[in-house]
Formats: sequence, C-alpha cells, structure tokens
Amino acid sequence: MNVTDVLLWGGIATVIMTAVLEIGMALGWTRMSLPYILGTILTSNRRLAPALGMGLHFVVGIGFAFGYALAFQRLGAANGWVGAILGVIHALVILVLLPFMAGLHPRMASEDEGPVARPALQPPGFFALHYGRRTPVFGILAHVLYGVIIGAFYQLV
Amino acid sequence: MTDARAPAIEDYAVIGDCRTAALISRGGSIDWLCVPRFDSPSVFGALLDPGAGRFVVRPTTPFETTRRYLPDTNVLETTFRCDTGTVRLTDAMTVPARPEGSQGLIPGHEILRRVECVDGWVEIEVLCEPRFEYGRRAARCTDMGAAGLLFDDDGTEALVLMTDVEMKPVAGGDDGCGGSDSGGGSDAGGSSNAGGSPSRWVGRARLTAGAVRYVSLTTEHAGPVTVTPLGEAADRRLAATAGWWREWLSDCAYEGDYGALVRRSMLVLKLLAFPPSGAILAAVTTSLPESPGGARNWDYRYCWLRDASMTLEVLLHLGFVHEGESFLAWLLHTTRLTRPKLQVLYDVYGRTPVREKELDHLAGYRGARPVRIGNGAVHQVQHDIYGELLRAARSFVEAGGRLDRAEARLLAEVGETVCSQWREPDQGIWEVRNPMRQWTYSKAMCWVALDCLLALHDQNALPLRRSRDAIEAEMRAIREAIDQHGWSEDRNSYVAWFDGEEADAATLILGLAGYEDPDSHRMRGTLAFVEAQLAEDGLIRRYTFDDGQPGREGAFGICGFWRAELLARQGRLDEASTAFERACADANDVGLFAEQIDPQTGGMLGNFPQAFTHIGLASAAKEIARARGRPSREAARSPGNTEAVRQP
Repeated sequence: MNVTDVLLWGGIATVIMTAVLEIGMALGWTRMSLPYILGTILTSNRRLAPALGMGLHFVVGIGFAFGYALAFQRLGAANGWVGAILGVIHALVILVLLPFMAGLHPRMASEDEGPVARPALQPPGFFALHYGRRTPVFGILAHVLYGVIIGAFYQLV
Repeated sequence: MTDARAPAIEDYAVIGDCRTAALISRGGSIDWLCVPRFDSPSVFGALLDPGAGRFVVRPTTPFETTRRYLPDTNVLETTFRCDTGTVRLTDAMTVPARPEGSQGLIPGHEILRRVECVDGWVEIEVLCEPRFEYGRRAARCTDMGAAGLLFDDDGTEALVLMTDVEMKPVAGGDDGCGGSDSGGGSDAGGSSNAGGSPSRWVGRARLTAGAVRYVSLTTEHAGPVTVTPLGEAADRRLAATAGWWREWLSDCAYEGDYGALVRRSMLVLKLLAFPPSGAILAAVTTSLPESPGGARNWDYRYCWLRDASMTLEVLLHLGFVHEGESFLAWLLHTTRLTRPKLQVLYDVYGRTPVREKELDHLAGYRGARPVRIGNGAVHQVQHDIYGELLRAARSFVEAGGRLDRAEARLLAEVGETVCSQWREPDQGIWEVRNPMRQWTYSKAMCWVALDCLLALHDQNALPLRRSRDAIEAEMRAIREAIDQHGWSEDRNSYVAWFDGEEADAATLILGLAGYEDPDSHRMRGTLAFVEAQLAEDGLIRRYTFDDGQPGREGAFGICGFWRAELLARQGRLDEASTAFERACADANDVGLFAEQIDPQTGGMLGNFPQAFTHIGLASAAKEIARARGRPSREAARSPGNTEAVRQP
C-alpha cells in the first residue's frame, strides 16, 4: 500500500468533500453536517462541536482512504472511475447507516423515544431525508468526488 | 388579501433571544418571526399578510386577555379568561445558555410556550403553519414520531415542533379557530395560498385546573435541528431564561421615579442587540405603516448611526458597560469599512444592506402596501451622523474607555471629512426623500463632531490631521452659517433648513448635544416654536412640512422624550415630568413603544418595538432623575474593565 499517497490524497479528498458539503449546506441543498454530527458525539458544546467534528471527520476521511487503497490494490486498478464507484458505495453505506446512529449517538433524538431528558439532534430519517430532500443526491455526489480524487491520484504499488 | 382585522400594533408584545425576535398578539398568535437573524426572511409573517404563516396557542372559545412580562424579564405571560375557566400562557425564546451540568445541546433558536389551566376547564388549540421566504413557500412537514414534526423546504431553514398536544394536519382555512384577539370570531383570516397545505397542523387539548401542556419550536440554519424535551426540562429552560434576564438587568443603575419604564426600555434594547457583532437594531419589523393604510412603510431591521451617541450614553450611564463597549466596537468596525465617509445605516454585521425591494406578494399590514425589505436610505447623504459617531466616541472615552490606534485614526479622518463636507447639502436626520437641503440640524451636528474631535484630542485619545486653529475656524464658520441662515428672528427659533421657516423637532437636540446651552434664550424659543408648530395633544410630530411621501404620519415617539429632557435641562422639572409622563402614556399594556403614535386615536404607527423611542425614554428619565438630584448610581464596571460578560 502506498501510505504516502493515502495520507496525501486522502487528506485532500476529505478537505474537498467537506468543503462541498459545507457549500451545499450554505445553499440550502442539505442540512447533513457530518462534522457537527460527529462533533456532538464528543461534546455538547455548540461552539466546540463543529471544530472537534471537523478534526474527527478529517481523521475518519483518511481512515476511509486506507480502505479505498486496499480496494484499489485488491482490484489491481486505481483510477477515477473505480474511485467513483467506491464513492457511491461509501455514500450508500453512510446514508443507510446514519439513521441507526440515533441509537448510538449520545446526543441524537430517536423517532421512537424522542429527547427524553435533554435537547438533542433531530434524527436523520431514512436515507437522511430529514436533513433535506436533496441530501441523498448531494451525499453521493460529495463521496463520488472524494473517490474520484483518491482514485485518480493514488499510485498502485 | 387585505385583512382589516389584523391586531393593532399595540396589541403585540415581543420575545427574543438577541439574535431574532417574535411578535405575539393578545390572541396568542406569533405573527412575526425571522430566522436565523432579525433581518432574515420571515417564517411567520401573518403580521404582513394573513397567509404568510403563524403559530398560535389559545383557547378555542371566546376569551378576554391580560398580559404582563414576568418581572424584569422578556418572558411574556398571557392570561386568557373564558366562560369555563382560565389558562395562562407563558412565552419565551429561551436564551441559549446551558444549565450547569447539562449535557444537552443548545438549539439554534427555541420558542417555548407553556400553557397551564389556572381554574375551571378550557379547551386550547395549537396551530403551527410556517411559511418560508416571507410567506412565498409553504413548508413541507415530516412526522418524525417521538422526535416531533419537522417543517422544512428546499432552503436553509428548518423547524421542529415538539408538543404534548396531539397534532393533525388540516386543510387550508379549516383550522377550527374559535377565538380571536378580541375574544370572538376568528383572526385567522385564512391562508391565501395554503389551501390544503400539509404545512398547517392543528392540535386541541382540554385542560382542567392544574394541567400543563408544552409547545416547543426549535429552528436551525443549514444544519440538523436540535429537538428539545418537554415537561420539567422545559420548565427548567423557562426558569433559566427568566433568571438570565433578571441577572442581566441587575446591572441597571437607574434610581429615579420611572424605574419600571426604564427597566422595560433597557430590556427592549438588549433584546434588539445582536451580541455577535454588538449592533443594536432599530426595530424587529419591516413595513408597519407610519400612516394607516399608507405607503410610508420601511424596513427597520438595520442599525442607524443617527441613534449612536444617545444609545451609547444611555448604556454607559445606566450601567450596561459591556453592551456599550460592544456597540462602540461595532460602530467603529462598521464605519471603518466605508471610511472616511459614513453610511446612514448598516446591517448587524456592519455590511451595507441589500437594495430596497418591494414584496408584491404580501398584502401588507392592514392593507398598507408596499411591503419593503432593504432600505433605500442607505444611499442617502446625512451629515449629522459624523457628529453622532464622534459624540459616541467622546462619551466612551469620558467614561474611561480607550480607543486603539486604528480607531483613533479613523475618527481623525472623520473629522477631516466633516471639514470638507459640512457646506454641502444633505438629506437630514429624517431621511426625507426630496432633493437635498441645507438642514440646520445637520450643520449643528457637524459643529458637534468637531467639538468632540478637539475634546478627544485634549484627552490624548486621538491625533489631529490639521491644526487646532484650523478646526476652530471651521467651527466658527459653521456657527456663523447657522446664525445667519438656520436661526429665524421672526420665529425666535432654529428652523428646519437654512432660510426656511419650518419647525423641526430635531432642533431640540441642539440643546442636548452640546451645541447650545439648553437653557439659553435660543433653546427656550426653539422649544416654544416646536411646541406651537408640532405638538398635538401633548405629543410631538417630527415635522409637518411636505416630505414627498403620500399620507400624514403620526407623532414621533422620541420627540416627546427630547422635549422632556430639554425641559429637565432647563430646570423646569415639573414640566419635564409632565411631558415625560405624557410621552409614556401611549405605551402599550406591557410598556412597549412603536416609532410613532396617532394623536387622534392613541394607536401605534410604524415599526415595533422601536429602539429609538425606548432610548429616548431612558435618556429623558435619566436626565430628570439627575436634575432632581438622583443621578444613576455609579456603574459597577467601566469600559475596559468588564470582568463578567453575559451573552445569551
């Protein structure tokens, strides 16, 4: 595995994907703020959560890049198309799993129980549709971009 | 779409969290809320069109209403008395302060409504119908089960409604509203374009004595919405909010006879303050008409420099040093962006507001069209604002504050601008949309600007860009010009513009801002002329000349307080108290003022609640107390020494 490429392009792809998601939120296309959702796992401090979440998201993004690199090595091919396909799978996994986070996330409300004791994040709903109708499309787009960047620049060893 | 039955302006009260605010009618209807900021598009806009969204909690049967704020807070309590019983509705925008030890998240904004049956039994109704973008877009509603109802659309804003009242979607117009602000009929008016919209949800519950229900509406910009718990947790948030306001107000140093009015005014000012930048808005609303049904409808959700010095003086002298410091910081940061020229108004972040637009799809308050957003006055030229800025800086320095080098340089540049610009005509303090004139008040405030510049220099607060002699020569020239052209021997008064004969209430400020001895022959004459020309039933109009706008506006709230303050400075204390109490007499039942009062009906006109009027009230009360030998106690903190900072 080309660790240098994973760290370099995984980091760059994560930054670009995060920027695209933030732009999407600013334009009202989605309210799925992965940094905020991740950050509120660590803290209830509203100001601190996005910063911590951004760091965690970056670490997770590089972690996923190792998974992509492993897949490239196994497939014996690394290019933008393969990266895009992996990005679609990656996004689908997140969109499917996100609703189940309500049970694991310490500060996310559940559609079954609600916020019993304290204010919490709204649940994402099926395919994160509670975060906006365009969220699935936008989530897939951002992750495809992430996959394309890693796939296009990762050098097989 | 005209709705003549829309509640009167004075029938509204305000709640807020210092980022945005909501207007609530006596009938329990939130008819105005913009999110995420004061100047954002509305999600409840029934104030300006019955179909633009509202959020109601009220009995289903006819009722009578009494209201109050919980003492020293911005938490509103409305009591509805029906034939069968009484319910008490407590409304607040919770302050985003986390109770100690809590692990809960803070919502972007929360409107928390607690309704309790006090005696007998009452059926209550909850109606929630948000519409985004000033009512243009119906919300899409998703039932998230135990996590509440999600209202959103394809924009950046989303709302979640949590309540222990069972809610159901209803078709447009079929909301079953049985009560109104006056206790009979419906004030719903019907949604003009929401027929069958799934965004209208209604719930009913029959409460018996002691029963409590909660309704919490949270909003979020861009990100996921925070969902809030009800029951005891909601009670704790309400208590924390009331406690936060009381603690903030405990700094109030006023010790005169009008404590309740002054404290309410300070609470309104704080509610209109925007802590992220320190700005203080002129009002919460846009396009509440200055003449009934007329076209004098402007957007006041911005910050005017003309209010600056009086605002700062009130904040500093009444003990709100942190707010004063923040406001001056906003003022100097903002004006740096357009220096050395200043704009008439800026938005909460010190940016130029968007251009003025008319929202043709809205019917307007009681049919008063057009509804405007943005404010065309931003492009006007007003020379008085230089005096306001330098006077504010002088108050700050004299109270112990220090200017940094960049701020000092900026103010020195402003002094240069005054020297080069004062001879030019402008549009004057009242933003008259006529050709520019040589306004007496503008010239006098240019003199005040240079006087403050020299005073600041004498205190080593700033350098001068030209010699003291040169500045004093300019000041002499200004005074000569005013003496020759702005003073009328025939009227024995300062007049509105050079070589004119019209009265202008702003000329009263010449005796308050340091241009003229308040007890001079000239100021006594000016006060008499203003009273003779502009007073009506004890209220003062700002002017009566043609300003190029159709219709006739009402009496201007702050002018009555200027009159009271000037009388106090002249030592005419009984007259000052009478004038002050007359000016206060038209406050609504919870102590709030709009911009203007209709002298014929006593009804309110213009945007609401209006910071300028409340600033005038506090300033006049402070001056009357001082003249009676009861100055405000010394502020606990001085600028630059603000240890405890409490922001929501």
